[in-house]
Amino acid sequence: MNIFSWLNDQLLKMKWLWNLVELLVEKVFKLSMETRVGGSIHFFIYDTIKIFILLSVMIFIISFIQSYFPPERTKKIIGRFKGLKGNIFGALLGTVTPFCSCSSIPIFIGFVSAGLPLGATFSFLISSPMIDLASLMLLMSFFGTKVGTVYVAVGLVVAVIGGVLINRLRMEKYVESYVWGVENVDIEIEELTRKDRIEFAKSQVKEIVGRVWPYILIGVGIGAGIHNWVPQSIIEKVLGEGNPFSVLIATFIGIPIYADIFGTIPIAEALIAKGVGIGTVISFMMGVTTLSIPSLVMLSKVVKPKLLATFVAIVTLGIIIVGYGLNGLSFLLI
Amino acid sequence: MEIKILGTGCSKCEKLEKNLETALKELNAKADIEKVDNLAVIVSYGVMSTPGLVIDGEVKSIGKVPKVKELKKMLGY
Repeated sequence: MNIFSWLNDQLLKMKWLWNLVELLVEKVFKLSMETRVGGSIHFFIYDTIKIFILLSVMIFIISFIQSYFPPERTKKIIGRFKGLKGNIFGALLGTVTPFCSCSSIPIFIGFVSAGLPLGATFSFLISSPMIDLASLMLLMSFFGTKVGTVYVAVGLVVAVIGGVLINRLRMEKYVESYVWGVENVDIEIEELTRKDRIEFAKSQVKEIVGRVWPYILIGVGIGAGIHNWVPQSIIEKVLGEGNPFSVLIATFIGIPIYADIFGTIPIAEALIAKGVGIGTVISFMMGVTTLSIPSLVMLSKVVKPKLLATFVAIVTLGIIIVGYGLNGLSFLLI
Repeated sequence: MEIKILGTGCSKCEKLEKNLETALKELNAKADIEKVDNLAVIVSYGVMSTPGLVIDGEVKSIGKVPKVKELKKMLGY
């Protein structure tokens, strides 16, 4: 075994933790891993610990990077690029900007009032919740390097194309008129010291872990349930590759749900173990992270229904195409 | 002194307000604190990451909760 795959197994996939929890289940709880109860307890404990470790480490690293790109600066960077480049930079910066759905509306108003093209703003808004560096690492840890990379790559493509389409459709008149009345103000952003950035990263870890832990437990719980209690035949019938509607079903189940990638991963993991296609699972995850009822309610405060509907339609279509596309190419991924 | 807290009622904004009150108390200073939750107004200060802190018309902090010590400095002490 080479050193790289050892690092990958131990650090990213946390094989040591898997073995440790196996010991716990078999020696302390006296349950066989082969039984349903033993298997689901192992799934629950192992996944919970693994996700919390990854989550804390990743949020720390990412927040440190993000402290270089507050939205106030991102606005200026995107503003420098016209046309397709604006969309590409919007999508790329969406992956590194601090983001919680509560900040999406001020960002939207700020970008639009700064005269950024609507399309670049939407590229940013699509990529922001869908992809970030944390999701890349998490996906790599659970499903391997290829799946992680592909998720990020297709996510960026959806964000760029979605933004370009919204530009082409000339939807500016469907932005609430008060947004255009906001004056564009650039503020000087103080340079942070390294200590400030580390402080910021620490406080982000605390805040985000404090906010998302219930979603993670619910996600792991559902994952453990699917993993050991739902018969394979049912899952296969609904979401398996034999069902031509599997991607559609996964997408439409995912859309209304509000959670982030951390809560979604254990469900995805259990679905893949049950033989659900990788494209179907990615559609589900993208649906959950990118669109949700709470985020749409917020967005509806700044855009009129027609633009909101267009946005939802474009993103949904994009996610469905990604799902079927990746199912077709899955032999390259796993 | 005129102080404005920009934010839409998130937990961080409440924390900022608390820290601010502590700082003012410890300094024996008085100030009008106004909470601004209108997003259009918030953005018109150039602020997109809340909470924001504006002292006498000048944006002093964005997207974080400054500690009491830092707040005292921002208040000019």
